[in-house]
Amino acid sequence: MTAQADDELWSAIGDPSRRRVLDLLVWNPAVSASWLAGHVPFSRQAVSKHLVVLERAGLISRRKQGREVLYQVEADRVDQATRAMADLASQWDRRLGAIKRLAEAAHAEAHEKRDLMARRASDD
Amino acid sequence: MSGLVIEREILIEAPAEVVWRIITEPAQMSQWFADRVDLVVEPGAHGYLEFGDQGGPVVVETVDPPTRFSFRWNYPPGEEPVAGNSMLVEFTLTPVGDTRTHVRVSESGHELRDWPEAERQRYADEHRDGWVDYLERLGRVAAELRSG
Repeated sequence: MTAQADDELWSAIGDPSRRRVLDLLVWNPAVSASWLAGHVPFSRQAVSKHLVVLERAGLISRRKQGREVLYQVEADRVDQATRAMADLASQWDRRLGAIKRLAEAAHAEAHEKRDLMARRASDD
Repeated sequence: MSGLVIEREILIEAPAEVVWRIITEPAQMSQWFADRVDLVVEPGAHGYLEFGDQGGPVVVETVDPPTRFSFRWNYPPGEEPVAGNSMLVEFTLTPVGDTRTHVRVSESGHELRDWPEAERQRYADEHRDGWVDYLERLGRVAAELRSG
């Protein structure tokens, strides 16, 4: 189970169009919403909405420069997201490993019982 | 939605029926998964998983013994989980001969609901490596940005 903060993170990066906006910001530090809107196949309004979600998840931040608002990637948070994602994958590896041990033990036990019963039957 | 998935797999030296029991029986689930499992494995059933002092509700989606089991979790409190507000965990069991089973687990979610299917598929195709690779790449770039 991931914490609430991670929920916002998955939700933010789970969306393909937001990943596209985030990609643009990674490669083009400090750009405006209008510039971003010129480089994606969706509307300026959609870009604005995506920026709000990315900012709420802490993946980007904004600053004012003159009359413009510029957006940039928060490298620490992206790092954290990378680690959280790797954790999630390794959690599943651990769980699958445990399932394997349990299932193989249960299977071996069933086998032993069957062999034992077969031996008893042949002894009779 | 191939671009939005974490996928792991393993080969188990036991028949699918045995693996199925381990994966879906609450008493067994508490040995490999949550500390406490309060769940009836039936389609649509609402349950609860407890992890230490954390926990959360789950809703069972598919129960197709002994091959497919899926549930949704990590959705906002008070809402019903659907594609778009939750994570979907899917187990797929494939028999390998009579005594072995291949198990694949995937966790995916938060798909965009109002995104046109064609565009979604195109983007998914472009990003078929999925979240893990996406984030690994992003992490590398971010580290370079920071050190640069």
